[in-house]
Amino acid sequence: MADLDAPQSKTRDLDKLLLRAGNLVGPDFYPGAELRDDIREYVRVLVVGAGGLGCELLKDLALSGFRNLDVIDMDRIEVTNLNRQFLFRLEDVGKPKAEVAAKRVMERVSGVEIVPHFSRIEDKELDFYSDFNIIALGLDSIEARRYINGVACGFLEYDEDDTPRRETIKPMVDGGTEGFKGHARVIVPGVTPCFECTIWLFPPQVKFPLCTLAETPRNAAHCIEYAHLIKWHEVHGGKSFDPDEPEHMKWVYDGAIKRAELFGIPGVTYSLTQGVVKNIIPAIASTNAIISAACALETLKIVSGCSKTLANYLTYNGGEGLHTKVTEFERDQDCLVCGPGILIELDTSITLQKFIDMLEEHPKLLLSKASVKHGKDSLYMQAPPVLEEMHRPNLSKPLYDLMGRVQKDTVHVFGTALKNEEKQSSLTKLRVVFKGADGVTDMDTAIGA
Amino acid sequence: MIGLFKVKEKQREQAQNASRGGGASVKKQSAGELRLHKDISELNLPSSCTISFPNGKDDLMNFEVSIKPDDGYYHNGKFVFTFQVSPVYPHEAPKVKCKTKVYHPNIDLEGNVCLNILREDWKPVLNINTVIYGLFHLFTEPNSEDPLNHEAAQVLRDNPKLFETNVRRAMTGGYVGQTFFPRCI
Repeated sequence: MADLDAPQSKTRDLDKLLLRAGNLVGPDFYPGAELRDDIREYVRVLVVGAGGLGCELLKDLALSGFRNLDVIDMDRIEVTNLNRQFLFRLEDVGKPKAEVAAKRVMERVSGVEIVPHFSRIEDKELDFYSDFNIIALGLDSIEARRYINGVACGFLEYDEDDTPRRETIKPMVDGGTEGFKGHARVIVPGVTPCFECTIWLFPPQVKFPLCTLAETPRNAAHCIEYAHLIKWHEVHGGKSFDPDEPEHMKWVYDGAIKRAELFGIPGVTYSLTQGVVKNIIPAIASTNAIISAACALETLKIVSGCSKTLANYLTYNGGEGLHTKVTEFERDQDCLVCGPGILIELDTSITLQKFIDMLEEHPKLLLSKASVKHGKDSLYMQAPPVLEEMHRPNLSKPLYDLMGRVQKDTVHVFGTALKNEEKQSSLTKLRVVFKGADGVTDMDTAIGA
Repeated sequence: MIGLFKVKEKQREQAQNASRGGGASVKKQSAGELRLHKDISELNLPSSCTISFPNGKDDLMNFEVSIKPDDGYYHNGKFVFTFQVSPVYPHEAPKVKCKTKVYHPNIDLEGNVCLNILREDWKPVLNINTVIYGLFHLFTEPNSEDPLNHEAAQVLRDNPKLFETNVRRAMTGGYVGQTFFPRCI
């Protein structure tokens, strides 16, 4: 109780959460100064994105007792960022976002170390990501989220009884905003649904028929897309359209105006052009602040256990009044990215051909005409004939060699499976473990020696 | 969740002592690629359609399909389409363009193809097979109602005999109006 009588310390609010027991705490919660100090010393958090959400996240995490942060962003600061990405000033325009953001937060919060990375997330090695305890996402595209999800879930390993191995779990906290709406979700690979498990939540993108654009436009968006998709290539040939180039955007805007005049369609403005071409929706600082706060709080909870974690998807809508809801989504047991797959133990000498034959007999698979893929490498394709021929030399090689001589790894197989007497197309994840490889002794030789 | 990072600490200490080999290599899982590989392995193409992979077996996201319609106006012509599949497949439709210059109401001179399932009617349950069948259909049943090339559409609508002649002339190599079409038959 001494702490509460002491003069106000910087960690006063954090102490209330971390130094005392409570009714809403998570399992394995050990309150005390050691917990607070451990978080400061040992926990490393990666913030992906240094834009609207990223700036807020860095500030929130630094002020929540995290001292070891990294931030990665491939963009440079633009004038339009300045209404909400508050770590940037007019004189910073043109500089890398990650570097300026890191510098500003370190200036204001003593003791925090932020390492900026001015690069694309795809350009970092997997080892880079494996060093972090939690990854907080402030991204703006499905593609980027899918990528990071694949990386984080790639670290996940399972035991023989298909339970996730705790030390391989890499939690992610993902936030997203769009105008007055936003979401925050907690992804614990192997426990909660991953990004891929719930990818069906996304509605299809709005795409207009090409013939409408070419012949019968009816609204301003049609005129803009005509200039963007059809007229651009007619006039500029091979040069690709760059939405970040103001001259290109202006050209599309002018083309759209001409088209609109031809058909008597009102409503084409420069900002609508940006919205249609780049999918830009005006961003609001408060939405970003709310969602980042939720994400930073979840990060603190996951790491400390000071309260029950969000389970597992929060949606926020501030357009008319204020509405939030938390939904508990379930994992897809057959998820190709985070699912356990089926455990297969093999000898290092087995050839790819033998492996494929085995799949037909395997009771859980009964997979005939199997094609095999290992990460980015396609090991064998049953069809079409031109590809089958290209892959045929692999059949006689040992699977262990084809997989780069690793002791265990994930492999995906697809073909026709027999389920309930019916033939079905199937795509399954397999956990392949090699016996007799380095690190795993063959029981017979161990006893013999 | 505290157990999580305590165990992690120990793991890192151990990792600093031992050296980790194999394991975390530079393999990047891509669920979109997986689904594409599956679709390709399940292709059920008619004999008039062939597929080729100009970048070899290591880049299945970019390929070409050539279609030889076996009846209708475009009988015996050979038309090549390029497919570019994005990393978010099947969430996004593949980008398809026609490499062969053709006189067709639904394909313009730049190679843009007006096919509903490539744009507004794409759904993730569709696949490469359905797209190829859709393209095939464009040749057996050209549609004057959704034109990208409105002159061709008009001729098809008002004067089918002239349309047939124009198509044949374009395919054998020749001028239709001001435009020259290289031979593709």
